[in-house]
Amino acid sequence: MRPTPRSLLRILVPVKRCVDYAVKIRVNAQQTGVETNVKHSMNPFDEIAVEEAVRLRERLKDAVKGITAVTIGPSKAQETLRTALAMGADDAVHVETPEAAIVEPLAVAKLLRAVMDKKGPYDLVILGKQAIDDDAGQTGQMLAGLLGCAQATFASKLDVDVGAGTADVTREIDGGLEQVRVKLPAIVTADLRLNEPRYASLPNIMKAKKKPLEKLKPEDLGVDITPRLQMLKVTEPPKRVGGQKVDNVDELIAKLKKAGVLPGAA
Amino acid sequence: MLRPFTILRPLARSYATPAHPSTLLYLEHAGGKITGGSLSALTAAKLLGGDVTGVLLGSKEQVDEVLPKATKLEGLTSILTSRSDSYAHAVPEAVVPLFAKLVKDKGFTHLFSSTSSTSKSVLPRLAAQLDVQPISDVTTVSLDADGDVYTRPIYAGNAIATVKPRVDGIRIVTVRGTAFQPAAAASADAPVEEVVAVEVSEVPTEHLKTMATESSRPELGSSDIVVSGGRALKSAAIFDETLTPLADKLGAAIGASRAAVDAGYADNSLQVGQTGKIVAPSLYIAVGISGAIQHLAGMKDSKVIVAINKDPDAPIFQVADAGLVADLFEAVPELVQKLPDHK
Repeated sequence: MRPTPRSLLRILVPVKRCVDYAVKIRVNAQQTGVETNVKHSMNPFDEIAVEEAVRLRERLKDAVKGITAVTIGPSKAQETLRTALAMGADDAVHVETPEAAIVEPLAVAKLLRAVMDKKGPYDLVILGKQAIDDDAGQTGQMLAGLLGCAQATFASKLDVDVGAGTADVTREIDGGLEQVRVKLPAIVTADLRLNEPRYASLPNIMKAKKKPLEKLKPEDLGVDITPRLQMLKVTEPPKRVGGQKVDNVDELIAKLKKAGVLPGAA
Repeated sequence: MLRPFTILRPLARSYATPAHPSTLLYLEHAGGKITGGSLSALTAAKLLGGDVTGVLLGSKEQVDEVLPKATKLEGLTSILTSRSDSYAHAVPEAVVPLFAKLVKDKGFTHLFSSTSSTSKSVLPRLAAQLDVQPISDVTTVSLDADGDVYTRPIYAGNAIATVKPRVDGIRIVTVRGTAFQPAAAASADAPVEEVVAVEVSEVPTEHLKTMATESSRPELGSSDIVVSGGRALKSAAIFDETLTPLADKLGAAIGASRAAVDAGYADNSLQVGQTGKIVAPSLYIAVGISGAIQHLAGMKDSKVIVAINKDPDAPIFQVADAGLVADLFEAVPELVQKLPDHK
């Protein structure tokens, strides 16, 4: 991941196609996963990552040489790339994996490194902080580990100084915020509050159809995607027996006293 | 779907965990104390049945302050400490080389930590360098005939995955604090060994400053009672005016929904949900929160859930043990007035 000349920035934005965040998911009958015949969309954190890349170009103008969106997933994941292109990415790479394959973060990080070797160098990789399906929250850090480069996770503010080859990142940490300065090339993972992603306009959606999209296979990149973890089963979480209502505050307090959860009233 | 499992069985068996697990536990600290999350992670690590070695990193001052508390933890076999100014802020690029060295030199079978913002940054970076797929935010730890098995929530807690490492090598696991009791204090001191810091010549990341959210309240992640507000609180001032008396009366921590945080009513660090903190207090009071999937992900393991909302159809009522359909601006002050004082 050699950086491009100081005055120019190339940005890579990995995105994932996930079950839409608003869908109430259901575990399948075989207990092997969840029903996936439902609405999918781009992982919300990845939308934020794409938006940030596009905003960086709007701020830094010609200093941003290019924004590449990349996805690793089944053929339908191409829609997600088109969305990223419509939001403002310049080109896209689709590493196509078998329909039902579970590709773990370690394999994704290795594939991303291989894509960077092939298409790079890139100076900045912006990812979402986690995918809302596996909720692992690992890929960005793993990619940084593989590359041995700087990482700044859970970013809520990103300022890039292209000339100096650094980025100042405000991170959301337990108990507050933290500001770090990373040397480029660097990996940044986006938290929710980094920005408000834009909607792609119809003309931009039309233009996105003409933008270059390269297809690759894990084999082309020499990466073994066999899962390291065996998924024994996927089950429903225990159901809560909720839904009981009380009529007034007195009844509420009586109920809490009975449950023994009020301090001093047990 | 049974077929692949059958094929993989022999493989899994031949790579069984060693008979005597040896776990390295990342002892995280904040404000001169071991974090509650690390105490819970210790409880989880003990379930493997082997030795548990704590590792305590930080500046000299930090380690000196925390070490006396760390040695007195029930279930810790020993403690490794390393003091260096470069460890003061747990910058992953600076601490990962030390973890890598410890794992390599001492032959640990497992590395456990809490699921904190620090360990979430450090452990996956380390795992990639060790060529290991880590397991995030586990809620159970168990052993079957041929090794260790973990469950972890996926899809914002709407499904539970049971996973088992297929291959040999160290298991790197972060533990959901609310799923395990914190370890208690022990009577005896665990032996301490000082480890020389691995100084990295050029750390590409520099810590500039920390902006901590000041609070005299119990810490949100470990509080026994949580009072949370949503968008219905209308403004930051009303949020504080309404929830503070209730939280004070109960000795509770204050939380918030994403809507309240995004609207600027409450600080980011108070957000409860899939993307914020996961809490499981004895009592969770949701005030003016509709109960989106992402919010429920962060609180549905609470023992008793109370919802106060004027919309009788709000999804929060489906999980509430006691739901009160009322205007929160009337109900909350009345509740404050009628509740017994905590003490």
